[in-house]
Amino acid sequence: MAYEQPVLETRNLSIHFGGHKAVNDVSCQFHRGTLTTIVGPNGAGKTTWFNLLSGQLRASHGKVLLHGEDLTSMSASARADKGLGRAFQLTNLFPGLSALENVRLAVASQHHTGHVFWQVSARRRDIADRAYELLQTVSLAHRADNLVANLPHGDQRKLEVALLLALEPEVFMFDEPTAGMSVDEVPVILELIAEIKARKDKVVLLVEHKMDVVRSLSDRIVVLHNGELVADGEPAEVIASPVVQEAYLGATQGEAS
Amino acid sequence: MLANLLSGDYPRSRILMVILAIIMGILAFGPFLFPGVRAFSMMGMICVFIILVASYDLMLGYTHIVSFAHTMFFGIGAYGVAMATASWGKGFDAVLLGAAGAMVVTVVLALLLGLLSLRVKAIFFALVTLAVAFAFLSLVTQLYPITGGEDGMRVHVPRELGPAFRPLDDTLAGFSLPDAFAALLGNTSWQEVFFEVRITGRTLMYYVAFGASVLVFLFLLRVVNSPFGKVLQAIRENEFRAQALGYNTVLYRTAVVVLSALLACLAGVLFALINRYVNPENTLAFELMVFILLMCVMGGMGTLYGSVIGVTLFLLAQNYLQDLLKLLVEQLPPDSALAHLVGPERWLLWFGLLFVLSVYFFPSGVVGQLRLWAARSPRTSNTPEAVDTDEPRTQYR
Ligand SMILES: Nc1ncnc2c1ncn2[C@@H]1O[C@H](COP(=O)(O)OP(=O)(O)OP(=O)(O)O)[C@@H](O)[C@H]1O
Ligand SMILES: [Mg+2]
Repeated sequence: MAYEQPVLETRNLSIHFGGHKAVNDVSCQFHRGTLTTIVGPNGAGKTTWFNLLSGQLRASHGKVLLHGEDLTSMSASARADKGLGRAFQLTNLFPGLSALENVRLAVASQHHTGHVFWQVSARRRDIADRAYELLQTVSLAHRADNLVANLPHGDQRKLEVALLLALEPEVFMFDEPTAGMSVDEVPVILELIAEIKARKDKVVLLVEHKMDVVRSLSDRIVVLHNGELVADGEPAEVIASPVVQEAYLGATQGEAS
Repeated sequence: MLANLLSGDYPRSRILMVILAIIMGILAFGPFLFPGVRAFSMMGMICVFIILVASYDLMLGYTHIVSFAHTMFFGIGAYGVAMATASWGKGFDAVLLGAAGAMVVTVVLALLLGLLSLRVKAIFFALVTLAVAFAFLSLVTQLYPITGGEDGMRVHVPRELGPAFRPLDDTLAGFSLPDAFAALLGNTSWQEVFFEVRITGRTLMYYVAFGASVLVFLFLLRVVNSPFGKVLQAIRENEFRAQALGYNTVLYRTAVVVLSALLACLAGVLFALINRYVNPENTLAFELMVFILLMCVMGGMGTLYGSVIGVTLFLLAQNYLQDLLKLLVEQLPPDSALAHLVGPERWLLWFGLLFVLSVYFFPSGVVGQLRLWAARSPRTSNTPEAVDTDEPRTQYR
């Protein structure tokens, strides 16, 4: 596996905000069919690293490569087109549109129909059906016509995941997908992530704090601390390593079950 | 059929539907319902301004792009026709050439504006359009030999669209609404109500403008309900996320600016033909730009139907508020402070007050408010969220 060409790679990736190095010299490779969990205390730079990967932020140094192609200077939309899909930690949707419309926008992007101005969007059966199916997948079908602004937080989190699924990317980036969800909603999302992993042809990156989730899902754990990559390897081994015990688990004892 | 024409986007309020039907009916039979020249020219202006304001709403209401250059494109269309007919004479070829030339200039300018400044912050785009529009205004004012400067230009419309052209030998019968109203009150006899309508080239021109207005409006309804239109709304709601979904938002925004500018240019062409006189004040002035903004906001941004309402309300006020104030003044003791305050020349002051009140009480515009009421009333079960359901809404058919 390790000899296969990586799908996604960051090389010496860094970003500085003023003097603060939020991500510092991170080099890492991600291979097809693997689920990598990124852990680290609050403010470690996990979200910032995701932003550098998906193009919301531009790197100060270093490169982002997808199948060896340099994406570093590409815009977020171009990267999404290339197959880097992203769900956000802080819910980031289209509040004035219905839940179905939100998903339809993502499906339309994946189908490249955004330029079509002569057809009524709701009558594009291919897109509407797929969008509805995705709402069912995250068990939100009953909310299809509700404005997103009126949805409870947990439903918005699920919608966030539905949008990512709609893009059918090659690389899935989940940033704390289950944060703020009620206990009965969490398994739905984890099940979806496990399904993507089971397909074996995608790269999944997951930022997650809940250690039981991390243990059961991950093929590999990467630990960030103060913007630096401090540990990387098999879950059991990483969790046991002294650097993690001190840097991460020590800091968030409560969550380390 | 209706669903198809309206692209599934219904007024979603009974009151609104009735008002729209009345406006539509009056505009469709206008020359046969109002004998006066004044009402006739106002209805022509309503048709032109519906195109102008609806296309502005596409930018402002649906995409949240603030542009102050909309009148510039309107003026380009109007001056294009005026200048072409001034040099090539009154023929349809001159009109078409002028319109085509204006469209080319419009596309180039709109593309430049869009690509150069939509990348940066919204406020910057607004300021650039303001600067460009002012530069254009002063250019037109100063190029006296070509544009007539402040004096403006007479438009040589083709004979077939002018007052001298009589396609029919006979006159047709008209039914005067104002006189019918007076007869109802017992002020005139019912014989007075019928009047003779002579069809001239101006009547034909009116129907050209009316037809164009209906077509453009239906086209825009289709656009805002298409996948493209939904991307525009996504950009309005959360541009950052639209990009993360893979939409190149700068391209979309540029496309909207170009489309909207083209329609403003078309409105300008129609304006020149129907008004037969263009000058900087009636096509390019900043005041006109503010009026467009007012009409858009008052009717309800991001609803398209709002532009019809806003235009009609505004032009009615502009044309008849002065008369109303004059009537009021006559009732008041002459030379009193109050009489000065309601002097007809102060109509804009009163209109401003009406505008402030309407925005205060109807923050989402007339259409937004009517829809809100409709959604609250128990008679209609449709929630405002249920915008996109495919089911036919029988109550509107
Ligand atoms: N745009 C920005 N400007 C300045 N500082 C920033 C910016 N974005 C992130 N930071 C800083 O970078 C550091 C890393 O933040 P980041 O959000 O990546 O952490 P995180 O690992 O995702 O934390 P959490 O677990 O709380 O989500 C923080 O100190 C944050 O304040
Ligand atoms: Mg984070």
